[in-house]
Amino acid sequence: MARYIIRRLLWGVLLLIIVAALTFVLFRILPTGDPAKLRAGRLQNPKVIAEIRHDLGLDKPLLTQFWLYMKGIFSRLDLGFSYYSSAPVKGLIWTRFPATLSLVLGGAVIWLASGIAVGIISAVRQRTFVDRASMGTALVLVSAPEYWLGLIALYLFAADIGRFKVFPGAGSYVSITSDPWGWFTSLILPWLVVAAGNAAIYARVMRGSLIEVMGEDYIRTARAKGLSERRVVLRHGVRSAINPIITIVGLDIGVLLGSSVLVETVFDIPGIGRLNYDAITHSDFPIVQGTVLAAALFIIVANIIVDIAYAYLDPRVRYS
Amino acid sequence: MSGPAEPLLRVEDLHVEFPTEDGVVHAVDGITYQVRAGGTLGIVGESGSGKTVSSMTTMGLTRAQGARISGRILFEGRDLLELSETQMRAVRGNDIAMIFQDPLSSLHPFFKVGAQLAEAVRAHREVSKSAALARAVELLSLVGIPDPDRRAQEYPHEFSGGMRQRAMIAMALANEPKLLIADEPTTALDVTVQAQILALLERLQRELGMAIVIITHDLGVVAEMADDIAVMYAGRIVETASAELTFHQPQHPYTWGLLRSIPRLESSREDELVPISGSPPSLINRPSGCHFHPRCPYAEPDHARIDPKLEPVAEEPSHHVACLLEQDVRRRIWAQLQTGATPEQALAAVRGAEPPA
Repeated sequence: MARYIIRRLLWGVLLLIIVAALTFVLFRILPTGDPAKLRAGRLQNPKVIAEIRHDLGLDKPLLTQFWLYMKGIFSRLDLGFSYYSSAPVKGLIWTRFPATLSLVLGGAVIWLASGIAVGIISAVRQRTFVDRASMGTALVLVSAPEYWLGLIALYLFAADIGRFKVFPGAGSYVSITSDPWGWFTSLILPWLVVAAGNAAIYARVMRGSLIEVMGEDYIRTARAKGLSERRVVLRHGVRSAINPIITIVGLDIGVLLGSSVLVETVFDIPGIGRLNYDAITHSDFPIVQGTVLAAALFIIVANIIVDIAYAYLDPRVRYS
Repeated sequence: MSGPAEPLLRVEDLHVEFPTEDGVVHAVDGITYQVRAGGTLGIVGESGSGKTVSSMTTMGLTRAQGARISGRILFEGRDLLELSETQMRAVRGNDIAMIFQDPLSSLHPFFKVGAQLAEAVRAHREVSKSAALARAVELLSLVGIPDPDRRAQEYPHEFSGGMRQRAMIAMALANEPKLLIADEPTTALDVTVQAQILALLERLQRELGMAIVIITHDLGVVAEMADDIAVMYAGRIVETASAELTFHQPQHPYTWGLLRSIPRLESSREDELVPISGSPPSLINRPSGCHFHPRCPYAEPDHARIDPKLEPVAEEPSHHVACLLEQDVRRRIWAQLQTGATPEQALAAVRGAEPPA
């Protein structure tokens, strides 16, 4: 198992280098605006721009630039400095991470709880009104874009602009350490919006998985033992049916940590997604590069965690 | 069938139908049989003959599938079909237990074997987890699993096929049932292991005094074990008798077919196994008249019209058969078949015509 994890981690590092190389090339080929010109502001003369370019290291060959960037990461975990604010990228990501983590984990709790519960009920009450109503709602929620749901949520429930002033609106985020209650209430709407689409997907996955499992021979055995139907479903059925949920929740959390751009923008939450969005509008390459690498890292780590979790969930799975 | 006046299990005119989009599946179509305490009944038939559905219905396991059930299933005088789901649950796994064909898929892959056995104990008894686990180890030992303490901590995939079926049997015995239903208990196993499992069942039956219903498509499996045999075809019992009579004076052409398809050690190599031609009928659109007539080499034109009843054989009131052939004709055909004649030759000999070239 240890060997397996080490091998996976090494592959992960290789993957990160490839991702870094791709983004590096991509943002220098695409005509997104010259950071040196942007930085020069009103002093747009060739000499100043050339100086800035030299200071930022943009006059060096691309390969040298990449080499220096990689060297910084591997020797000092240094992701460089923002072109825009000159702040270290690592520090920026680090200060933005709690907000994103709060948003994603809170949302995950909601979508897991509701998705699994609805999925089980739909599977057990297959083809009844409850099942059809839940699956219909799920279809609507899956189809609704996040930013649209977010705007609707603000329009309906935000304290400032909403029709029913129930929850704090956009830009109300505070950190958990400074004001736990404020943190909690400010995230209720974003959590619901992040959770809505995923809860719907999870409910459908759980329903399908449980229906399949309930047809297995070992479920018949559980019933033949004289167990209550409740125990047959919740212990024997769900124990098997939950496995695909574990797989997708790991990946979804990994993906969302790096890419909750839309929800963070709609609700003005100072997270990594928001950081990335702002950086792109400013052509702030080091931050874009840093957030993309962070996003890739989250996904790779999530993948490894899911695979390890699988070995614990299914005793038949053994890695070597 | 013989036995005391009050059998342990008496199934009367049981019908089980499943409404589907394609039509109503007549899985079990009016069957009657009984099992005395400590006795063994073999139910024999091809897949789709209704043998499994009838047993699952005895366990109360077809109710949830939207089955339409009628008739009576008297267990110790109590009609199981009248019981509520809660009452039925107290019977299931306790008074009546069941084992299945494929022990690997029948055990939960994610729970340890010992825990699965302990759960069966605790489903019907108020005992602590550790006491239930101790009982599980004892049960594993009873069914001949070596090193049961360690084995109880293993998962089903770590067991061999035969060991898994032993574990399934141990689970079924958890609450010392009065009746064990064994649905194709050896079909998924190697031949040598099959014999071990059958011997184990016989030993446990002697030691624990339970009755067994053994369901199989293989008459060879029930030859040694069963006191009585019921042969099922298309949801009905077409012949039922003691094992002795079933093997020596079989009355139904389908039973003849089953007997002739068993390989025998004493037969010479030139003797070919004789399969029953055709395939089992659809249970939605069953053949008219005698359901077996499309596959019966001896069928007469009438047989597509007249539905035979299960009736006692003359001189053998315990032997019942549902066949439209006259008893004398059946006796003479069987005598011919035993000499190695093909069905065509036997029929020709009996009808007094020339055998086909």
